[in-house]
Amino acid sequence: MNMGQSGAVLSLNNLRAGYGQTEILHDLSIYVNPNEIVAIIGPNGAGKSTAMKAVLGLLNITEGSVVLNGEDITDTPAQKVIERGISYVPQTNNVFVNLSVQENLEMGAWTRPTGVEARLDEMYDLFPDLAEKRNQAAGSLSGGQRQMVAMAKALMVDAKILLLDEPTAGLSPKYRGEIFGTIQKIKGTGVPILIVEQNAKQALGVSDRGYVLVDGANRHTGTGAGLAADPEIARMFLGGGH
Amino acid sequence: MWDAFGFEFVNFYLIPGLVLGCIYALGAIGITLTFGILRFANFAHGEIMMSGAYLTWTVMAIAGYAGLTLHPLVAMVPATLLVILLFLGTDKFFYKPFRKADTIKVVMASFGMMLIIRSAVQVIWGPNQLTFVRGIAKPNSVLSDVSNDIGMMLIIPNKHLFIFAGTVIIVIALSYLLNRTRIGKAMRAVSDSPDLAHVTGIDVDKVIRATWIVGGICATAAGVFLVMDVQMLETTMGFRMLLPMFAAAILGGIGKPYGAVFGGLVIGLAEELSAYPWIGDTPLLSPGYKTGVAFAIMVIMLIVRPQGLFKGRSF
Repeated sequence: MNMGQSGAVLSLNNLRAGYGQTEILHDLSIYVNPNEIVAIIGPNGAGKSTAMKAVLGLLNITEGSVVLNGEDITDTPAQKVIERGISYVPQTNNVFVNLSVQENLEMGAWTRPTGVEARLDEMYDLFPDLAEKRNQAAGSLSGGQRQMVAMAKALMVDAKILLLDEPTAGLSPKYRGEIFGTIQKIKGTGVPILIVEQNAKQALGVSDRGYVLVDGANRHTGTGAGLAADPEIARMFLGGGH
Repeated sequence: MWDAFGFEFVNFYLIPGLVLGCIYALGAIGITLTFGILRFANFAHGEIMMSGAYLTWTVMAIAGYAGLTLHPLVAMVPATLLVILLFLGTDKFFYKPFRKADTIKVVMASFGMMLIIRSAVQVIWGPNQLTFVRGIAKPNSVLSDVSNDIGMMLIIPNKHLFIFAGTVIIVIALSYLLNRTRIGKAMRAVSDSPDLAHVTGIDVDKVIRATWIVGGICATAAGVFLVMDVQMLETTMGFRMLLPMFAAAILGGIGKPYGAVFGGLVIGLAEELSAYPWIGDTPLLSPGYKTGVAFAIMVIMLIVRPQGLFKGRSF
């Protein structure tokens, strides 16, 4: 069994996976060290979000392994993966729209045995905008604020790692900056982050390391700054659009 | 003028309409929660109501052999526990294998469950009508102490007071559960988005069990209240309630328990008030068409505003 990079919080090792018989990830390897922000970038359909779903046990893995803190969690069902400390923020539909902000956070704490009140206070310190909106329905908030609720909800447990699936998709530039700022604040609390992003330039800007995915496999790997400066990658993703 | 028009309207149309509305409301709560959380239209819900009433009758009959006269509301408590066991049992052995299946398959399965339960009740209790009490319940002039003129004319039988009080208590308890308790909030979360609940780590199976329990309590109460009102048990009573209960759930908005309560009251009132002689001396609609009123409301609602009054899910 390939247990991947030693010392890593999370590693995906030579993963082959897909939906049913359709293989989407062909030999994918990614790891996240403690206190790191790691970005996965790549064109649409490269398998970026699929890589996250593989970690959560929502996919059919045919080869390779997913390892969390030295423990093999390949094919573990989502609920157990979350109990083990992997927190996941989906790209869309990531808040309960009919529940208040506070109720959303309480649901995030479902697998947390004790200390929910204290954790709520910590989250309102980390996301001050949410404190004043705690009794408002999450569905009534703006896109950026919803993303904050989704991240706070995921952090209600003592997360060993936070997975963010395109946290800035569809947000205005102002909110994008705010979200990336928050991501750095979260890193400051000691939680490593794996982030899938379309906004490659900004994502690499806050990341320690990055992976460029093409057709379900690693194409380039390097430091965030190094990848952002690579002319080939600049031509591929960073040139136009977002 | 008042005694000729007002109290006839209140005593014979408005109050029976509200009573029927309470019964529909309680039944519709279970339907709307099942629809919201388990994502299927449970056709067996009416039969669960009916079997709750039969179990209550049985508890009263057993107590009767022991020389005890139990009020239906007391006998309802052990009957409710049995109904909850029935709900959890059918979920575990019957619905659980369908959890990942297409909605239509689960709906058809619930149709089968409906026939199974009704046939079982017919085999056990027989096809004939039964009743909780013999004789006629005495009308009750509730306000006779307050005012002789008006009070004597407002007639509410005790059974109706019990039904109103029971419904109010259940709705308040439900509201507390959904807004103040962890499991209740999780029920709303699963109803909101089952996929997100799953990746949030919420124990969805536990939420489903809670849903069946709440549905079982409301359904048994609805069944017993119905029998208290019409003073008769028969094996087709649940099926006859099914259409107006679905109409109530759709009117209020699928997945919205308060919507179901409101929808139930509207459908109940609409059915009874449609028979009032609004124009001339004859009923506006012959009482035989009462069920048609619920059906018409449901069809109009599905065309005009499929998400219901309380913005539920639309399909």
